[in-house]
Amino acid sequence: MDIGKANLDVFAETLLELAQNDPNIVVVTSDSRGSGKLVPFGQALPQQLIEVGIAEQNLIGIAAGLASTGKKVFAVSPACFLTARGLEQIKNDVAYSDNPVRVVGISAGVSYGALGTTHHSLHDYAALRAVNNIDIVAPADNLETRGVIRAAMTYPTPLYIRFGKRAMLNLHAPDTPFEIGRAITICEGHDVTFVAIGEAVSPAVLAADQLKEMGIAAGVISMHTLKPFDEATFLKAAASTRVLITVEEHSIYGGLGERCASLLMTHRLFPAFKIVGFPDEHMVNGSQTELFIHYGIAPDTLAAAARLLLKHESSL
Amino acid sequence: MQTHDLKLKSIHYRRTVLEIIKGSSAGHTGGSLSCVDILNVLYNDVMNVSPDNFRDPDRDRYIQSKGHSVEALYAVLAERGFFPRADLDTLNQYRSHYIGHPTRSVNGIEQNTGALGHGLSIAVGTALAAKLDGRAYRVFTLLGDGELAEGSSWEASMTAAHYKLDNLTVIIDRNRLQITGGTEDVNALEPLRAKFEAFGYAVWECDGNDIDDLKQTFERLPFAVGKPSLIIANTVKGKGISFMEDTVKWHHRVPTDDEYTTALAELADADAELNGVARGHR
Repeated sequence: MDIGKANLDVFAETLLELAQNDPNIVVVTSDSRGSGKLVPFGQALPQQLIEVGIAEQNLIGIAAGLASTGKKVFAVSPACFLTARGLEQIKNDVAYSDNPVRVVGISAGVSYGALGTTHHSLHDYAALRAVNNIDIVAPADNLETRGVIRAAMTYPTPLYIRFGKRAMLNLHAPDTPFEIGRAITICEGHDVTFVAIGEAVSPAVLAADQLKEMGIAAGVISMHTLKPFDEATFLKAAASTRVLITVEEHSIYGGLGERCASLLMTHRLFPAFKIVGFPDEHMVNGSQTELFIHYGIAPDTLAAAARLLLKHESSL
Repeated sequence: MQTHDLKLKSIHYRRTVLEIIKGSSAGHTGGSLSCVDILNVLYNDVMNVSPDNFRDPDRDRYIQSKGHSVEALYAVLAERGFFPRADLDTLNQYRSHYIGHPTRSVNGIEQNTGALGHGLSIAVGTALAAKLDGRAYRVFTLLGDGELAEGSSWEASMTAAHYKLDNLTVIIDRNRLQITGGTEDVNALEPLRAKFEAFGYAVWECDGNDIDDLKQTFERLPFAVGKPSLIIANTVKGKGISFMEDTVKWHHRVPTDDEYTTALAELADADAELNGVARGHR
């Protein structure tokens, strides 16, 4: 696997490319065009970039108003502020009001690392999963990012898209199809299956590679769409694996892991199961990479967790 | 439309407001009665919007940020033919589209509101879209005065001025009361006009319960080229019913049977007086 660009860069490039041919595309930023890599967009298409200053509530409300007239609106701001400060506007002005804004949370999860908890968004999946009428996508790599931005152009309902800002591994063959709501099975494994989302997919893929070298059949599903959830792909994998581990750059509460857990219970599937994410505690300081390692979202720790569960499961 | 006819409509709307609040045993009586004259003039004399052009991209837009006064909006929209008056008999009932705040499920309503401090940003976005697309439609939004404590209203005001949205008109229903008490006692707003002017609005004050004053004020729009317009409409909460006027408890109180009878009698008297005065002039 080669290293690609930051998903953020791919987002900005794709958006500019599409907007150059569609004057109906409008980007709204809250002093975030630099963080969003949208300076070239603003220079090329100044009429299609609305700046509202550091005001996330206003950002979402204005985006809703624009979208109500038929514009394809991308409201772009750091995920931490956008989905907390702007949550009531997302719930009421976008989702409840059927104004199909594309809410784009940049530098999501712990991308801002040592800037601290104020700048982390580990609540956004949980908050938005509980809001009716907004779908949630977190692309894992450049292909998925390009795919979701293109798909967003014709997506009829409100959409939340979140990603980070560091370069990502290219996880998929270039011709891999992308569709919102359809998970991508990167590899299958009847011993261990990682179900991961967003920037936590890469370490899961590397962990699976480690396990395969040890003769353990390990699979990975990129569950890029948290809502609507691809239950069929998940249940098929869950029914044919001994160990299932979910991996997400989010609180262990209310995100991918608990979504999977509820499906396992409902469908009476009981593989050995673990949710990997951020625990309910004050965050240790560190970069995104250091925080991933600290909380076990890393190839070595994921592989070790899988082997431990496999061993435990074998002894039952 | 003639002032006399508009005044008759206001009485009719007030009657409808009371009927539907009494019928459903819920509603925001005082705020609906304070803003109903504003809605009357907007929908009958100012805005280019009707049931026939409601899907037209060039129609004028009205966004009611003080969503709790939805009964006034329902009364006006029904009379303007957006839906049958009989629909309002289902207000707040199980499965009815007619709930205690505006929703787009009801024909004629532009945006879902109810949480305060949201309408102005949505209005700014809608007005911005007109500028981007070179369309001539205007956007009107009604805010309560108590609602102005929500910081998002001021965020939106900054953007309205920054983008020189002279196609946007913000109306403040300045009835000086909110659920807890007087606006100046709860979290003082004054000097309100100076604040709005400092935020970049062209400001006009009027009597928001006086049809002529409202008509003349709207005729002056836009108040300045390159600036959003803002009207401080000085109103009386509970206007039109003597014992409800300027009284905190009528924020969302439902009249008793006796109060209801008295209120309708007052409206009947006002109606008779208006017609009598009109006859006298002929």
